[in-house]
Amino acid sequence: MKQVGIPHGLFYYYYYPLWKTFFTDLGANVISSSESNRLTLDQGIKLAVDETCLPIKVYFGHVQELCRQHLDYIFIPRLVSVEPKSYICPKFMGVPDMIRAAFDNLPPLIDITIDVSKSDRPLKQDIMRVGSLFTNNNNRIKQAYTHACQENRFCRLLAREGYTMAEAISLWEGQQVQNPTSGDLNIGVLGHGYSLYDRYISMNLIERLRKMGCNVFLPESLDTGCIEQQAATVPKRVFWTLGRKMVGSALYMDKRPDIDGLIYLACFGCGPDSLIGEIIENKVKNKSFMMLTIDEHSGEGGLVTRLEAFCDMLRRRRMRGEGNLPAYG
Amino acid sequence: MKVTFPHMGNAHIPIKALLKGLKLDVIPPPPISKKTMELGVKYSPEFACLPLKVNMGNFIEAIEAGADTIVMAGGWGPCRFGYYAQVERDILKNLNYDFRMVILEAPDSQVSELLKQIKALGENVGLWEAWKAIKFAWYKLNAVETLEKQFEYFLPRAINKDEVERIFDKGLENIDLANDRKEVNNFTRITLKKMQEQPCHNQPILRIGLVGEIYTILEPATNYNVARYMGRLNAEVTRSIYMSDWVNDHLLGGWIKKSRHGEIINCASPYLNYWVGGHGRETVGYTVDFARKQYDGVVQIGPLTCMPEIVAQSVLGKVSEREGIPCMTMYFDEHSGQTGIYTRLEAFIDMLQRQSYLQSSVRREEPIIAGI
Repeated sequence: MKQVGIPHGLFYYYYYPLWKTFFTDLGANVISSSESNRLTLDQGIKLAVDETCLPIKVYFGHVQELCRQHLDYIFIPRLVSVEPKSYICPKFMGVPDMIRAAFDNLPPLIDITIDVSKSDRPLKQDIMRVGSLFTNNNNRIKQAYTHACQENRFCRLLAREGYTMAEAISLWEGQQVQNPTSGDLNIGVLGHGYSLYDRYISMNLIERLRKMGCNVFLPESLDTGCIEQQAATVPKRVFWTLGRKMVGSALYMDKRPDIDGLIYLACFGCGPDSLIGEIIENKVKNKSFMMLTIDEHSGEGGLVTRLEAFCDMLRRRRMRGEGNLPAYG
Repeated sequence: MKVTFPHMGNAHIPIKALLKGLKLDVIPPPPISKKTMELGVKYSPEFACLPLKVNMGNFIEAIEAGADTIVMAGGWGPCRFGYYAQVERDILKNLNYDFRMVILEAPDSQVSELLKQIKALGENVGLWEAWKAIKFAWYKLNAVETLEKQFEYFLPRAINKDEVERIFDKGLENIDLANDRKEVNNFTRITLKKMQEQPCHNQPILRIGLVGEIYTILEPATNYNVARYMGRLNAEVTRSIYMSDWVNDHLLGGWIKKSRHGEIINCASPYLNYWVGGHGRETVGYTVDFARKQYDGVVQIGPLTCMPEIVAQSVLGKVSEREGIPCMTMYFDEHSGQTGIYTRLEAFIDMLQRQSYLQSSVRREEPIIAGI
């Protein structure tokens, strides 16, 4: 049985069920690296160029962990675009090459190119190419891919119930996940999935908010149609898939009366976020908005203090029936 | 309608010629200064890359000088540049400036979007005049680049480097003022002749390739003039990007002149096998190309957090190892201390000079380790 390693980072949180089902159906054994931890980051920092963003560094750490196991293949997709006329980020387009340049002990890479910006034909060809590494039966590859897409859709449906993508993946794998407890504040939390749902990168942001008595609203739990509708109100179509989702979600939550505040989690040095953050900050008029920027600095105190202050402020504003006037008049 | 545009190195000379040819009032932004940077940094998003901040400074200064229309380019990703114009417009509107923004970019769904923008600029002239304006701008651009290339050649070789710089700057100024082709030819010829007449030394000359992000390469104000500084250290700098090549390859599909673009892209493989936006793949391709042409070293420059350049930088280590060419990467932001940058450049060039000395045939027999 062939062993395929999948790093526990970047688009793992959006597509792991798809990838795992696909490879398992083709008769491979899928091994994913452990959840991000201090060691992952330390190794990643050593291997990656200083200027790359935190999620990429963590990804390097995951790849390093997988390199130590005896694998036949390691799966590092080149994610260019997952929907027409939109992109993910230039760094994602270069990840397999960056990994190849940084590692000497790599097992063979499966570097499938996912680019549906113009048409999905190249992707289909690439899926067949990857599938042929495991089987000669074309029908079996097609079936595996269809099944994989179904499983992924199922996992997304779980996320619609209010679970984070990380929790949804655990549920999908058959593990138990505690139901999110309900609190008195409703907070919308935005950010790229690979930093928001990674408990180490986001310093457990979502759990912390829930413990502080907040109901967390995530972009995955919102109606996609409403997100797209709101995203279309900005003068120019945002050409980053995740960026557009964030703008749409922020504007949608801005208009929803039940949401009390918005938090945006960004990574230091993230190109799209540097502009998307500005656009959201500019357009969100009705809600309190806080932008958190994280990097490899690991002190959690500052983050906790800011979250506490944010929640306190929202509660006090509601209790005293205070308006939106600043304290100075 | 008083039109302005962002600065990008000497591109203001042809752009001005073009807009004047379209019978528009042109108010170019004042040259980039400390004040431009300060204004830009003050009003731009903190983590935006440097070109956006410089653009902002340019626009504010130009509007205050009387401009009411901004011409800006756009794009559709994945590089951030494509969204610049939108963010800049919002910020300027929030600052209560009154202006109009004309964004030239490929249309998203309907060609009419682009035509509307172009029509706004060409309202004063007929098709024939517009064509003439474009041709004259292209002519000026080529003249400017001829001077730039000769300047890059003579600066490291000349004994009196100040004088060469002065001749070059004067030449650019004259081309900017020239009204027809004859004048442009005249000024180009005079300037070239003057540069050629400068006495040269016969010390060894290093050859260095300058690769990286287009704006940082073309605009000396954002790279602390590293190209001139290296020239003054007797290094001949060859840039990977010239404005005319970019226009030819990206706007015109390569039909004006023969292009090496395809060849360079092939050079990037197997190090970087996919397009990564911006000039990431070109950076890698040109580095390989410079290595194969026996250059002494490569300097990569870009704005801090530039995504395509980070990808390129990640693979440059491998390129350097396999192709045997020393590479150095420098990122620039609004930090204004140039000493650190110059020290790094000096150290890099010292290292290259020593290496080329050790490899040359004039090398002395005795070891040159001090103290033995």
